[in-house]
Amino acid sequence: MVRYIGRRLLQMIPVFFGATLLIYAMVFALPGDPIQALGGDRGLAPAVADQIREQYNLDKPFFVQYLLYLKGIVTLDFGNSFSGQPVMDIVKRAFPITFRLAMMAIVFEAVFGILFGLIAGLRKGKIFDATVLVVSLLVIAVPTFVIGFVVQFFFGVRLQWFPPTVGGNVSFESLLMPAVVLGAVSFAYVLRLTRTSVAENLSADYVRTATAKGLSRGRVVNVHVLRNSLIPVVTFLGADLGALMGGAIVTEGIFNVAGVGGTLYQAIIRGEPTTVVTFVTILVVVYIVGNLLVDLLYAVLDPRIRYA
Amino acid sequence: MPEIFHPESGSPAQPSTRPGQGHFVADVRETPLAVVDSVNETEAPSSLWGDAWRDLRVRPLFWISATLILLVVVVALFPSLFTTVDPKFCELRNSLGSPQSGHPFGFDRQGCDVYSRVIYGAQASVTVGLLTTVGVVLLGGTIGALAGFYGKWWDTILSRVTDIFFAIPLVLAAIVVGQVFSNGKTVWNVVAVLAVFGWPQVARITRGAVISVKNNDFVTAAKALGASKLETLVRHVIPNAAAPIIVVATVSLGTFIVAEATLSFLGIGLPQSVLSWGHDIAAAQTSLRTNASVLFYPSAALAITVLSFIMMGDAVRDALDPKARKR
Repeated sequence: MVRYIGRRLLQMIPVFFGATLLIYAMVFALPGDPIQALGGDRGLAPAVADQIREQYNLDKPFFVQYLLYLKGIVTLDFGNSFSGQPVMDIVKRAFPITFRLAMMAIVFEAVFGILFGLIAGLRKGKIFDATVLVVSLLVIAVPTFVIGFVVQFFFGVRLQWFPPTVGGNVSFESLLMPAVVLGAVSFAYVLRLTRTSVAENLSADYVRTATAKGLSRGRVVNVHVLRNSLIPVVTFLGADLGALMGGAIVTEGIFNVAGVGGTLYQAIIRGEPTTVVTFVTILVVVYIVGNLLVDLLYAVLDPRIRYA
Repeated sequence: MPEIFHPESGSPAQPSTRPGQGHFVADVRETPLAVVDSVNETEAPSSLWGDAWRDLRVRPLFWISATLILLVVVVALFPSLFTTVDPKFCELRNSLGSPQSGHPFGFDRQGCDVYSRVIYGAQASVTVGLLTTVGVVLLGGTIGALAGFYGKWWDTILSRVTDIFFAIPLVLAAIVVGQVFSNGKTVWNVVAVLAVFGWPQVARITRGAVISVKNNDFVTAAKALGASKLETLVRHVIPNAAAPIIVVATVSLGTFIVAEATLSFLGIGLPQSVLSWGHDIAAAQTSLRTNASVLFYPSAALAITVLSFIMMGDAVRDALDPKARKR
């Protein structure tokens, strides 16, 4: 097990360097000059532009810039944004909110997705199964921003059950609606995964054995069927944590949440490369770590998997 | 030596000693099994695709999704067959007007005909979806096939590259890169950005499929007959590994259409001059409270298009999976 974790951590290293290099290159080395863009249509005086370039290490060769940026990541000093604010402050403000939002979305999609998927899988071909399948397909097909508008309009504006936007008031209640919208598509995937997996495992030999040795239906379903069916679901959820945090741009925009998505979007539009690079790097690290955790969880869920 | 069971002589384990019972098991020729087991030796053996097609053509899901896809493609190719109204002819006095004859879906805030805009918007979505899928299959398929077939350090390097691109969320990367092309953007920029960051999933699936195919006897036979490595890969391995790739490509086509709409919605996708459902949905956001139908029609068109590709992918997957196939 320890050797396995070690090997996985070693595998993470090239992915980390590759992804950060790619992000850095995307933001800084692509055509288009973020420094000149600061000056708008008139452009900056050459002396000012040179000074800013020097301040952000942009006068050095690309690879030196990248190494300096890596040094910043390791020492948790991400430098200042173009408006002079330490990027670390922006990170500290935005990430806790989005992390809360993403966790709420994950809990929502896991609990309801697995529950409905289990019931549908156990009653494959019945009316509940058919209804749930149609609803899940609709949720997948309708884009998140449309779901967001409609939910905001009905529950926030018409019925006034929840505050229509979050803004400065970050509470469980105000985050509930955005969390459900954020998790909606993944909820449908979790549901469909669980359903397929449960339906397949129901006809497995070990389930027949468990029934034959006289276990109650509840125990067979909960211990034998569900536990084995959760393996693909857990993979999905682990990969989804990173995707949810990064993909919250649309949802955070609609519900005016001052989290990662909103800040990142503003930073991209305003041309704040230091903030963009930092945020995307953290998101990628979250994603890689999420996937690692999933691999380790396998062993807990499926005793047949042993890491040599 | 395994004992050969003869129905006529009775099972050796259960000798026919009981009175009145000649044998315990019916003769195969007397059971319905005889029909099932009969083999028509003159018939050509059915291929995977032949089997899948026989299975597909009795599925309502397949026909529904195929009809919808055909409809969307025809609308995208020949929008003028479905409406004579110019989608860019807008009159402010019609702003948010209700449906009238010739304008069945009413008007949006700018006074443009919603029906006409929905019809002409199909082109952008279908073009981006199809081109991106072609790009992703070429890029991801090549990388996955090389990694799976050649193995060793090819696999190590290409799999890590796949991991790197997989670790960056699609929409995020598209926004970062899309911002660079903000001036003079075309459909091709959007396709390129989505394809460059959308291929890892196809690569992983192709790699797995190629690995499971390459150890088959027919691949060894091809090598033994003197086929070169590349020839073996292209002529023998890839055609047999194509099924999962086709399924994932069909489903991702829907995903790319949603991604395009999301980017256009955020204002960094297609240029404003291109008619797109994403643009229209974004513009309709402000009209939701007064005239919800302006939001409804482009959203419904987008959802139906995406849905038909997802359902098609589901149907093809079920048809190609021998485990799920119903006899």
